[in-house]
Amino acid sequence: MSDVTALFFNAEIMAKTAGFLLDGLWMTVLLCLVVIPVGALGGLVVAVLAALKRRWLNIALVIYVDVFRALPPLVLLVFVYNVPPFAGYKISELEAVVIAFLLNTSSYYGEIFRAGIESVGRGQWEAARSTGLGWWQTMGWVVLPQAVRNVLPDLVSNTLEVAKLTSIASVIALHELMFAARSAQQATFNYSPLILATVIYFVLLWPVVRLLSRLEHRKIAAR
Amino acid sequence: MDRFLFTFFNGEVMWEYLPKILSGMWVTTYLAAFVIATGLALGLLLAVLRSTLSQKMPAPLSWLAEALRLLIIFFVDVMRSVPPLVLIVLFFYGLPALGLDIAGLGATWLALSLVLAAFAEEIYWAGLIAVAKGQWEAARSTGLGFLQTLIYVVLPQAIRLTVPPLTNRTIAITKGTALGQVVAVQEILYQAYSGLSFSSNPSPLTLGALAYLVLFLPVVVAGRWIETRFAWRR
Amino acid sequence: MAAAGRHILDVRGLHKSFGTLAVLKGIDFRLRERELAFVIGPSGSGKSTFLRCCNRLEEPTSGSIHVDGTDILAPGVDINAVRRRIGMVFQSFNLYPHMTALGNVTLALRLASRKSKAEALEIGRAALARVGLAHKAQAHPGELSGGQQQRVAIARALALEPKIVLFDEPTSALDPELVGSVLQVMRDLRETGMTMLVVSHELQFARAAADRVVFMEDGVIVEQGPPEQVFGAPQQARTRAFVARIDGHR
Ligand SMILES: Nc1ncnc2c1ncn2[C@@H]1O[C@H](COP(=O)(O)OP(=O)(O)OP(=O)(O)O)[C@@H](O)[C@H]1O
Ligand SMILES: [Mg+2]
Repeated sequence: MSDVTALFFNAEIMAKTAGFLLDGLWMTVLLCLVVIPVGALGGLVVAVLAALKRRWLNIALVIYVDVFRALPPLVLLVFVYNVPPFAGYKISELEAVVIAFLLNTSSYYGEIFRAGIESVGRGQWEAARSTGLGWWQTMGWVVLPQAVRNVLPDLVSNTLEVAKLTSIASVIALHELMFAARSAQQATFNYSPLILATVIYFVLLWPVVRLLSRLEHRKIAAR
Repeated sequence: MDRFLFTFFNGEVMWEYLPKILSGMWVTTYLAAFVIATGLALGLLLAVLRSTLSQKMPAPLSWLAEALRLLIIFFVDVMRSVPPLVLIVLFFYGLPALGLDIAGLGATWLALSLVLAAFAEEIYWAGLIAVAKGQWEAARSTGLGFLQTLIYVVLPQAIRLTVPPLTNRTIAITKGTALGQVVAVQEILYQAYSGLSFSSNPSPLTLGALAYLVLFLPVVVAGRWIETRFAWRR
Repeated sequence: MAAAGRHILDVRGLHKSFGTLAVLKGIDFRLRERELAFVIGPSGSGKSTFLRCCNRLEEPTSGSIHVDGTDILAPGVDINAVRRRIGMVFQSFNLYPHMTALGNVTLALRLASRKSKAEALEIGRAALARVGLAHKAQAHPGELSGGQQQRVAIARALALEPKIVLFDEPTSALDPELVGSVLQVMRDLRETGMTMLVVSHELQFARAAADRVVFMEDGVIVEQGPPEQVFGAPQQARTRAFVARIDGHR
């Protein structure tokens, strides 16, 4: 048992590698700050375009969304990172992550925003249009604010998933938290850095999980 | 254009790696099936347990029940806040050290099953509370016991409510089988990735992506159908 | 007034509090076999709570309740067996939406009374016939009108051959034109000699069918007696005020 303690809960090694892991954490935070707004914005564009209800555009959007929801994000990332060099473009790790995440998360955010827009009744459109607001004005000032409120738990939930998903960037050697933990593990021949990373993820994301629980229960109670 | 086809859709290379990709598809499929089976079953068990533990009971027993209930919530919270990849790697190294010799396949199965169980527990639980209190009271007033009411009256309704969110979550977590590549599970991505390294040509990767589309696109489309169907039946 | 018989329901000194809020403050109440008592009173006076204590959907804080001679608050009592002998009909029907009308009626017969499938179906069909819905046995609640749903709920209670049926505002959730069919079923039930305790604002029905009217306010029974007395010549000022108020509404 003390073996296990020394291998997994080694305070000394944790202390020694903590700084290295924090560097990684900084990168994880940076990734979140880039990837989440970009994906959410992409999703918003997808959903608003879908609300235009143009037949061919809609078919194209459904294909886009379903294809990128069908591909595992890691597959997408590996693909985006490894393929461009064969076409003569050396893509950076960060670029690859941003592109792969944009394709994946905009599909998910897109579905959520679409459900939100559909949850706003026809009456709201008619009322706004009857006062002389244009389509885009109605969408922007009347429909979207309600849509976002209606699907807030799903938006938070998806954002949490995106934040966790940044850990796959370690596979293409982007120096974020998970990569730092694995490097530290390999350098020290000890698994304590992995435990430390687990704890860091948990401590950072637990409040979000709790908040989510609250939001979801409130949504149920409201019915 | 020819050069493009030669590079990304190289027939020869694809043909060469097709058997490997197919064997990867088989691994992905059964791994996914096992994850779904254990994850959904464990999730349901936890939700039912949590509901039972929330019953009124006499004092010393109620403390134990409360402790167990908090433990379930804590488990769910941990599984929801830690990335699945981290769990897979952790189990891959950690469980052998505890004397449980599971390979990458076992670690991936266990990690994804626990994550799915946690999400499923939350969804089932939400479904259970969403069933109106009157349903409990009506059933209990005819002499049905707690478990009978839960099984015959409340759960069938709760499960109906949970089908759409559960379907989406299950698809998302099942795609996590690709994470097994990191611990050398020989699923599609692993085969495609090693094909890429051996052949110095991205065609195996293209083939791998296509294999995922073949497996998951029908599931995603089915999920979309289930969502609309259950939405207006309510 | 019904013939003197033994007491089916015997409530003494019933108190019920929710935390610090005292809702029932000492209820003494007896109901004879074949008697129909009507409970009226302002909103929040504790009528529902009183009814729900009688089958322990709410746990009384103190007092005693006997149903057909059984002390239902006794420590080792099999509450599920007790509840089978006490029917309950809810304001919001509470039918199981995922089952047919017949499924709703037979579930407890199968699970709680442990009847065979054939026997349960037979009893269930008979119960549905009693409320005039034999032809709707295979319909789901969503396919029935409110009045039909409530009659299925009554059949669900009757199928267990209860000693007494508790009704908590059985017609309040119904459109006016559907109220009549439910009241008719209750009238028929009374003809067969069922013991009934009814919370309702259907005063016409109370005047015509009740043996006794009970006026509750603020967690106590203020006054009770035959309908002519409680409605026509109430003894207490509080009863008079309440009766005047609800009569004014009609
Ligand atoms: N589960 C509960 N927890 C806390 N307070 C409750 C609960 N159930 C009832 N009460 C309170 O008890 C009081 C009596 O409620 P009850 O439902 O018995 O009244 P009622 O006479 O049936 O009223 P109504 O005519 O509106 O149905 C109310 O003040 C109510 O708020
Ligand atoms: Mg009431």
